[in-house]
Amino acid sequence: MHADDARGMVFRRKDLLGLADLSREEIQAILTTAASFKEISTRSIKKVPTLRGKTVITLFYEPSTRTRTSFEIAAKRLSADTINLTVAASSAVKGETLIDTARNLEAMAPDIIVIRHACSGAPHLLASRLKSSVVNAGDGLHEHPTQGLLDMLTVWEAKGRLDGLKIAIIGDIAHSRVARSNIHGFRTMGSQVVVAGPQTMLPPYLAELDVEVTFSLTEAVADADVIMMLRLQLERQGQMLFSTLREYSRFFGLNPGHLELAKPDVLVMHPGPLNRGVEISPEVADGPQSVILTQVTNGVAVRMAVLYLLSGGEASGTAT
Amino acid sequence: MGLLLKGGLVVDPAQDLEAERDLLIENGRVARLAGTGTIPAAGHEVQDCRGLVVCPGFIDLHVHLREPGQEYKETIASGGQAAAAGGFTAVACMPNTQPVNDNAAVTRFILEKAASARQVRVYPVAAISQGSEGKILAEYGELKAAGAAALSDDGRPVSNAQLMRRALEYAHTFDLLVISHAEDLELTGHGVMHEGLVSVQLGLRGIPAAAETVAVFRDCELARLTGARLHIAHVSAAGTVEIIRQFKAQGAPISAETAPHYFTLTHEAVQGYDTNAKMNPPLRTEADVAAIKQGLADGTLDCIATDHAPHSVLEKDLEFDQAANGIIGLETAVGLSLQLVATGVLTLPQLVAKLSTNPARLLGVPGGILREGAPADITVLDLHRPWTVDVAAFKSKSRNCPFHGWQLPGRAVLTVVGGEVVWKL
Repeated sequence: MHADDARGMVFRRKDLLGLADLSREEIQAILTTAASFKEISTRSIKKVPTLRGKTVITLFYEPSTRTRTSFEIAAKRLSADTINLTVAASSAVKGETLIDTARNLEAMAPDIIVIRHACSGAPHLLASRLKSSVVNAGDGLHEHPTQGLLDMLTVWEAKGRLDGLKIAIIGDIAHSRVARSNIHGFRTMGSQVVVAGPQTMLPPYLAELDVEVTFSLTEAVADADVIMMLRLQLERQGQMLFSTLREYSRFFGLNPGHLELAKPDVLVMHPGPLNRGVEISPEVADGPQSVILTQVTNGVAVRMAVLYLLSGGEASGTAT
Repeated sequence: MGLLLKGGLVVDPAQDLEAERDLLIENGRVARLAGTGTIPAAGHEVQDCRGLVVCPGFIDLHVHLREPGQEYKETIASGGQAAAAGGFTAVACMPNTQPVNDNAAVTRFILEKAASARQVRVYPVAAISQGSEGKILAEYGELKAAGAAALSDDGRPVSNAQLMRRALEYAHTFDLLVISHAEDLELTGHGVMHEGLVSVQLGLRGIPAAAETVAVFRDCELARLTGARLHIAHVSAAGTVEIIRQFKAQGAPISAETAPHYFTLTHEAVQGYDTNAKMNPPLRTEADVAAIKQGLADGTLDCIATDHAPHSVLEKDLEFDQAANGIIGLETAVGLSLQLVATGVLTLPQLVAKLSTNPARLLGVPGGILREGAPADITVLDLHRPWTVDVAAFKSKSRNCPFHGWQLPGRAVLTVVGGEVVWKL
């Protein structure tokens, strides 16, 4: 990826709902812009006036600490005003519909609404009814586009490219919006994606998304440039997706031995929060190949870029 | 004074008739059916039917009229108007009302409402189990005496195989058709659309075709075991067509229906999270659509029924996961079905058999034939009258229809029930 490729490109969308429908150029523009914003977070005064006077609402129907905080910090570093709404899913079911909530918010003229919702497609419903920009911060099992973008930024920074890399994604692909966004994003950028897990966690028809599918962790990590471990959602234990944590950890948990099968400079990633000792051993999580905390740092930069571009900002052409 | 339908192409598979005829209606019955120009017009109201198709009245054996209990979605009167406007002279209404139609009082209430609405004939389908809870058999003998035409726990499939066996045997005792909503609820789980590439792309939980086929196989085996008449509702999957074909070939007493959306749309219609493409069973793949067309053509599927399922914006203008299942169909079914004729999937007599002859025979109700003396339940079609579906013009109270804006080749232009014109375009 060269600076010239991104120069002058503009991300002209009202909403960011997923990575499936973004072009290579659009993803490139976001990553390049994000990279240029990283420096702001290293200053002693971490604030630029870029989005002064803009209002960003985060509307979270699912509990979240990391993503909500990341969006809020991103907005504040760009001087936007932020309002955080956390709606308990149960009260939403009983009370106001999503569309009514959205209409009420719209009446207060926000510029961007960041939504997380347990139902796939909820951000699309909002986006179709609102003049404000809508950012999907995770919808059901569908997508989590800013997570995918921060993962791509992290890999791009470390490797200098995305094209031709082998990305292994391990775990519960079927129930992971992070996996879907990464599959779409990395495939669009020319990476090879292989997923692994027990068949119970691999949705059928994945191969039609041009993804390699295997039941073997060791096969997936062989010669991998990136190993991305997904969080095992412990509450799924009752859903017949696996037997015991002990066995899951033995066959699908990442330990130092696996890293020897991968490329010497393999990156280990995890979207968090970690189940240490389940899907990832502490040695690997804290080891030299791990970029888990870099992902968190890059999350702020990517979200700054997304908020900025949706507000009409020009994509940066000077990064890297 | 009678009503003379003059010069139409009469298509009546029950008499193996496809010829231009004059048809005279008197006293609510078909008084004469004769060659064109042979019935004197004097003293009769004349309806010029040249260029039109005159059929035995269409019977939809799968609708939800929502009354009693959910009159804001549909009533027996509004549903009856929608049926008449769509070319149906009779409908069979499913028992998942509030309260459930599991007793003679509710059955009689529905029949009284239908009589006072004076639209189409309404045949109540009563519940298989009390409250459709799948535990205790309903009172089939009393229900039949009150006017119930068939039995079904539609919408709440019978999970207990033993109960299904006993229901078939008990229904057989009273010569009632059992209509099975065949679905394995455990396999459906929290699924909201067909399990396939689109569900993976959209991140929506999938319902595998096996959720239908394993239940269909169970019920077909039980029909063979008991000898009772079983009708498989809303067939959506290729595997189901194949199972039914095999059981029929072995002589099992099985019939089946599909709905226009299952031979018209695929799971691609869900793209964009369109809740008007959410129904149960779900829209499936191109291969399923092809198999359903094949099943209609070779007679595996006996009937086309709408599964008319009215919902208001309260149930549909929601997140996809939370939206209700079902679409309305009474006013689009004939137009969509005529596409099968236009594309050569079915001949016109085959289509009329699936919309009239076969449902009349399965329910054991009058109609389905235009011989002299039969009730004058008649649907007149114009095969070449293109129109654009406009949900705002629907007679139904609900608007949950994925076909808004579609151009369809033809439609019913005259609907006659017991000699009375209930719809005329």
